[in-house]
Amino acid sequence: MKHLLSIADISRLDAIKILDTAEELAKVSDTPMKKLPTLRGRTIVNLFAEDSTRTRISFETAAKRLSADVINFSSKGSSLSKGESLKDTAQTLQAMGADAVIIRHGASGAPARLADCQWMSGAVINAGDGTHEHPSQALLDAFTIRRHLGQGREDLTGLRVGIVGDVLHSRVARSNVLLLTKLGAHVTLIAPPTLLPVGVESWPVSVSYDFDSVLESLDVVMMLRVQLERMQELFFPNAREYSRYFGLNSARLQTLHPDAIVMHPGPMNRGLEITADSADSARSVILEQVSNGVSVRMAILYLLLAGDTSIEAGN
Amino acid sequence: MNTVLSAQDISRALSRIAHEICEGNNGAKSITLLGIPTRGAHLAFRLAALIESIEGSAVQVGTLDTTLFRDDLRLKAPRALMPTRIPSLGIEGRNVVLVDDVLFSGRTIRAALDALGDIGRPSRVQLATLVDRGHRELPIRADFVGKNIPTSLSQNVKVNLVEIDGIDEVTIAEKVSA
Repeated sequence: MKHLLSIADISRLDAIKILDTAEELAKVSDTPMKKLPTLRGRTIVNLFAEDSTRTRISFETAAKRLSADVINFSSKGSSLSKGESLKDTAQTLQAMGADAVIIRHGASGAPARLADCQWMSGAVINAGDGTHEHPSQALLDAFTIRRHLGQGREDLTGLRVGIVGDVLHSRVARSNVLLLTKLGAHVTLIAPPTLLPVGVESWPVSVSYDFDSVLESLDVVMMLRVQLERMQELFFPNAREYSRYFGLNSARLQTLHPDAIVMHPGPMNRGLEITADSADSARSVILEQVSNGVSVRMAILYLLLAGDTSIEAGN
Repeated sequence: MNTVLSAQDISRALSRIAHEICEGNNGAKSITLLGIPTRGAHLAFRLAALIESIEGSAVQVGTLDTTLFRDDLRLKAPRALMPTRIPSLGIEGRNVVLVDDVLFSGRTIRAALDALGDIGRPSRVQLATLVDRGHRELPIRADFVGKNIPTSLSQNVKVNLVEIDGIDEVTIAEKVSA
């Protein structure tokens, strides 16, 4: 594994290896001395052509805990906003000696382009590309689910996960469907037909248009953000109707299985897809997802950068 | 392939080391055994059981993974991390005894010392190893040695333990040139 571009590229065993590594790294983060010397002297570039709070800070924290040097680079305030091409940007980073580029880009496939072309030699990590994938988010979600409901198993066999809301625009949903089903979970997408992608019948999931009818059967409720900035047309009549049919509120929270957990990749539209009391309830593991994100991203950076990935792991 | 230590040799060596550790530390109260995974960890738990039977009191024992502190990570394929479990009393002010199966270049022990430094400040750190095969690349020595086995660099020393390999023995074989 040289790059992390999409969940589709990684095997079930790779995914479990990342989760297990993250589990050990999480224990390190619990000790008073959080810094490890493992990636000393490596340069990691955070190339964010789209806005982000969590993912960027999370990758930056992960890289710094492993002692790598981090260069942050966002479209605002850089030559990307002057219209510099991805190729020129990549070649600039190569000339500066970047060992890895963590890229978020509005265009689906931008990280794959960066990895496949000979513009730069470092590792490429996809931190979200258009409506394609967000692999590190799916890994941290799987990690959080496994910690809560895994009962010591290495995968998620038998768990029922509902992914609710704007699946159409969600790269988080795409990565999660691929990863959670790879790990043995049963995924149900719950959304109005307008917010489901064309071809969803071919995905390895069940689909429901009625949140209340499947609510009780779920172990995990993963709410998605309604991505208003990507909606150029009307996908539902109005916000009130959407939250009434597909929002998580305290009444629905009561109906859930007693052990079920509530997740959200953030940022939340409080009052639209999730009410404030649901987001802050004891069921909610939303902040835990954020702290687990650091451990999972440390694991990704460790596995991609610490060793020589051209040698096959054996022995 | 030559068997240099049999199951009985290993058990004798371990019980001698257990006695030496007690002797050198005035009993077991101040000792924290930390095994370096994978086989060093199993040896540490065996030594802890032996010391408990000698001293009649419980011994602090745990594991310490050195992978994240190694200086040769870039030369090899990505390695999986092994568990680090520091026992309840921590290592602050304790007499830490690191336990490994084979002492060779000394680089693992250097990494272990760095890892310890990040966890706390032991009052003393000692090293116990089942086999010392020589060829040190760093100024590191063991305090407790099961057996000194002179080897050449073209040889492989393999420690097999019941817990993982189903048999207790130490063998030497010529490296298969890949």
